[in-house]
Amino acid sequence: MKTRKKWRHSLLLGCILLLAMVCVGQAASYDYPFADPIEATILSTPKSARAKLPEKIRVKEYATITVFPERHVPEVFWYNKELRYSIAYHKEKAPLMVLIAGTGAGYDSAKMQMMQKAFFQAGFHVLALSSPTHPNFIVAASSTGMPGDIRSDAKDIYHVLETLWQRLSKKELVSNFYLTGYSLGGSEAAFVAKLDEERKVFNFKKVLMINPALNIYDSAVKLDKMLVDNIPGGIDHFDDFYQKLIHNITKSYVHGDFVDLAGDFFYKAYDKIIPNPQEGKALIGFSFRISLANMLFTADVMTNSGYLVPKNLKLSRTTSLTNYCKVASRGNGFREYAENLLYPYFRRQNPYLSFQALIARSSLRSIESYLRNSDKIGLVTNVDDIILADGDIDYFKQVFGSRAKIYPRGGHCGNMAYKDNVRYMVNFFKSN
Amino acid sequence: MKKEKIRSTKSILLFALLIFIMLSTGCATNQSAQKNGAVIVPATKPVAAYVRSDVKYAIDAYDPWEGFNRHMYIFNYYFDKYFFLPVVGAYEWIMPDYLEDRISGIFKNFSELRNFTNNLLQLKGKGTAITTGRVLVNSTVGLAGMYDPASKWGMPVQKEDFGQTLGHYGVGAGPFLVLPVFGPSTLRDTTGLVFDTAVHAAVMNWALDDVNNKTEIKLGINVLGAIDERHRTPFRYYQSGSPFEYEYLRKLYLEKRLMDIAR
Repeated sequence: MKTRKKWRHSLLLGCILLLAMVCVGQAASYDYPFADPIEATILSTPKSARAKLPEKIRVKEYATITVFPERHVPEVFWYNKELRYSIAYHKEKAPLMVLIAGTGAGYDSAKMQMMQKAFFQAGFHVLALSSPTHPNFIVAASSTGMPGDIRSDAKDIYHVLETLWQRLSKKELVSNFYLTGYSLGGSEAAFVAKLDEERKVFNFKKVLMINPALNIYDSAVKLDKMLVDNIPGGIDHFDDFYQKLIHNITKSYVHGDFVDLAGDFFYKAYDKIIPNPQEGKALIGFSFRISLANMLFTADVMTNSGYLVPKNLKLSRTTSLTNYCKVASRGNGFREYAENLLYPYFRRQNPYLSFQALIARSSLRSIESYLRNSDKIGLVTNVDDIILADGDIDYFKQVFGSRAKIYPRGGHCGNMAYKDNVRYMVNFFKSN
Repeated sequence: MKKEKIRSTKSILLFALLIFIMLSTGCATNQSAQKNGAVIVPATKPVAAYVRSDVKYAIDAYDPWEGFNRHMYIFNYYFDKYFFLPVVGAYEWIMPDYLEDRISGIFKNFSELRNFTNNLLQLKGKGTAITTGRVLVNSTVGLAGMYDPASKWGMPVQKEDFGQTLGHYGVGAGPFLVLPVFGPSTLRDTTGLVFDTAVHAAVMNWALDDVNNKTEIKLGINVLGAIDERHRTPFRYYQSGSPFEYEYLRKLYLEKRLMDIAR
């Protein structure tokens, strides 16, 4: 009898201990694998730590829509006439989730596909849109042809959504609208939500900003600096950096037991390919620069600004663009774009607009009171997000309060596919 | 046998002619850039002043046939859009995913022949041995290649082709070349492709020697093989939307080939 009681006691104690462990585990431990924000940003999440998602979902791929039927598209952009997007839909009534991609990314980027699967699995129809900075969006759906002013870009996104909604055949299958986006797409989601408060077409029930930029100009300049400051000898020696990178990849590839440059290769060979953090930063800056070069060239041609391509010169479908590619990817990046293309364009419409005012109106600070008082808007970011400046995290905490979910690490969007993050992202929309 | 040979030479000639026609029309239409009368104003940041001869650019590549290549790039887009992809789409619609994967397995097992010859030609003992092991295991336990137990048993694919073999022995890539249907290549890799295809055809010919409707069967296998290959290739022309997709793809292709050869 006594031993039985003792046994019962220890069982109880065990249960309590176990419970305590579970609670502590949930509260404190966050096991996303990369502690270094540069590494996290480049490598994202290894397969074993990702959320379990379906391999294939029912999705309408390569869907297109003509946003401006009257628009004359320059011949050199003939393949971008129609806006490409994808939509995954259930056969029964469900809420519709709208996803906005990050800077330069298409609707089908790896992160977008991950999000599309996660939300589809959770019972949403999912519409994936390219970033307004993506060349396809600029050519087919930008009213100005000049992305970078977030208010104007948000209007373009809204217009695309309205156009798509008008032509959607199965409206009765959509119960509600939700909105999310990552990186620049996260910042844009806030402005689209604000616009929706006036226009009231969709009445988004909830909106989540994932790793947004507080001020897109500051973030872009930060990313530019990562490239320019970390290439020994400056941008004119980019080729040396590039050759070294290729050399390192080749060496790991030749001597390792890798079947191909896919799968685990980059996780396992990372230290050999990028032996010091300086090169990691340069690589992130390089990736941003590619997006920027695409955007700069496309905007220049679409607005006939005469910046890289001589004004009124018609480029054909087969003109070599290699030299334009070189010029577009040199220089000092977003600042150059903002000063020489973006600002002159918007000043032509409003001569009293100052450069500072143009930059300031693209900051989330400019809609602070809306963000502060809108319970439907949430935010996810990381303490070590490389696009944020000192004090940005505190600002987010102060404005969003309990609606801000801030992870201890993950860099810029590196932990988006991590199982805890995906669970949080989905639950944010599932709970009311 | 002789008839076969004539037929294949004929198709090679036809292919060469097609390339020649494309090449000549490519050169002709390239000049028609400017039509209407708007005055051309020099750019703020002109190419002439900003592309310097003393700077090496990572994006540069040896591409003397760029005009032709860019035309072929567009041709491939339309070929995909109006013919190839609809056929592949129909195939994917009819076939359950599971069956598609088994068919892919069978064709991958066929391509071990190419891996075998080229590992051997490069005197890569380990690669040749592993490839032999793969064929033995996957053809039997793996049911004619439908499954790939060899990979799980520590015998990963040893991909080699004749372009790599040529590269291994020091033959340079030569000019970049966009082939109709096949896509990005180089002069060396195109030579390699012709060689590998010829070996494949010869072996298939020999294997099917006693079969009655040989021509029809061969045609069927080749068509299915082409469909399967496209089905397995996620690449879509112009899907990136980037104005510099051609440049980026060219660079990636050339770089990847160098790595494969160095291996």
